[in-house]
Amino acid sequence: MSEADPFAEVLDRVDRFLASDGEGCKATAQAEAFVADGELVLAAWLAAKGEQPTDETIEGFRLLALHRQGARGDASFNACRETCREIIYLRNVITLYDDDTAECRHQLRLQAMVLRHLALFVGGKLVEAGLGDFCCSAKAVRNAAPADTLSGAKAARH
Amino acid sequence: MPKDDLKRVAYYPGCALEGTGHSYNRSTKAVGKALGLELVELKNWNCCGAMEVKNVDPKIQTYLSARNLAIAEDMGFEKVMSPCNGCYHNLKKAEYDLSHDPASAEVNAQLSTKSGHATYQPGKVETIHALDWIKDAVGEEELAKRVKNSLKGIKVANYYGCMYTRPRHIFPEKDKGPGSESTLKPHFMDDLLAAAGAENVDFPLKTACCGGAHALSDSDTSTKLVLNILTTAEACGAEVIATECPTCHSGLEMHQVRAEKVLGRKTNVKILYFTQLLGMALGLSARKVGVHENFSDASSLLKEKGLG
Repeated sequence: MSEADPFAEVLDRVDRFLASDGEGCKATAQAEAFVADGELVLAAWLAAKGEQPTDETIEGFRLLALHRQGARGDASFNACRETCREIIYLRNVITLYDDDTAECRHQLRLQAMVLRHLALFVGGKLVEAGLGDFCCSAKAVRNAAPADTLSGAKAARH
Repeated sequence: MPKDDLKRVAYYPGCALEGTGHSYNRSTKAVGKALGLELVELKNWNCCGAMEVKNVDPKIQTYLSARNLAIAEDMGFEKVMSPCNGCYHNLKKAEYDLSHDPASAEVNAQLSTKSGHATYQPGKVETIHALDWIKDAVGEEELAKRVKNSLKGIKVANYYGCMYTRPRHIFPEKDKGPGSESTLKPHFMDDLLAAAGAENVDFPLKTACCGGAHALSDSDTSTKLVLNILTTAEACGAEVIATECPTCHSGLEMHQVRAEKVLGRKTNVKILYFTQLLGMALGLSARKVGVHENFSDASSLLKEKGLG
């Protein structure tokens, strides 16, 4: 795995999986691999912020712990909280079925698409990070020159 | 059990519903009327602060939303209904900030005084969404009785977007067990449309980001996010994506077109406001609920299903 752009590699893996319709793969192993790809995406986000990605787990999953770590101090990151939980939910559903059932393949396909959403969201957020929050805010404006704002001006007077 | 105090509520449409979300405004009012509910629009309402003001100063955004709550209180209402996720979110956030952040309360008091109107005190007015309103004022049982054109046979992916449930702490009424809305897997729209006969599909991106905030700064990311939502909905078997947010709705429609033009990926799933689907189920025409104002042309599907 290249450290330069794990997003592109994860997205490529998802696209190749969807194009082949998961031909020949073992569903439960693939579901675990998708969870691991989700971890890669979140770890890349944390590394870009200069943090050491945690090895801890929440509810038994590192993916959820990484999300919580990534959202600390950055509330807009919670926009992908449910996306992470869906990846785990679908992994759990897949383990309930036999590998070769149609339902299992369907759920695996959905898990791949949810993973793609996570990679697109976090990748987009990372690109924007230097300019502003992904979610509705221009961090640069908000962080700059507090005296330019009403509450900042008040703070400056005191 | 339907709540009588919701039969007549204050209505805060917000800016989007007077522009790109006009058909949401039209269909919300039409559904309310068809269900015997009354909406009283706030007098001289202002922008909730949306996205732009927050960038300048979040406390001014809190004030702008609080002013709308003050108007509702002045008009004698304890509930204000906002169908737009952005407005709903901001009014809820203002309520929270005024209760928990003394600096926000101080700015609100200063600006209210300077503007010459009463300072809104938290706890006086509750903000509800259009989904809460219909679910609590009418309920699924009563709604089912009033259905004239069942949505039977229409497969729907219900898309709530990320602002309806996030952040959890500004929605204290959610996640309270049976009967309450869930922030993890919201279901109010599913419940209402199921009562009108629709076949909801299990859709794993109900609360995923539509990239709305990225629309101008990075359209390609928005298009890819939307395309993933559209293709996932289709993979789930959906013919329609039901929306309850004008920003999400516009984003899905616009980027559906852009995905075809820029990425060469055509998707066929139709995009309709949940109020448009409910309105047609209640016997209103497609025109009455503004289907002709949507970019996503659902006319052939609706005709095929005997609606509109």
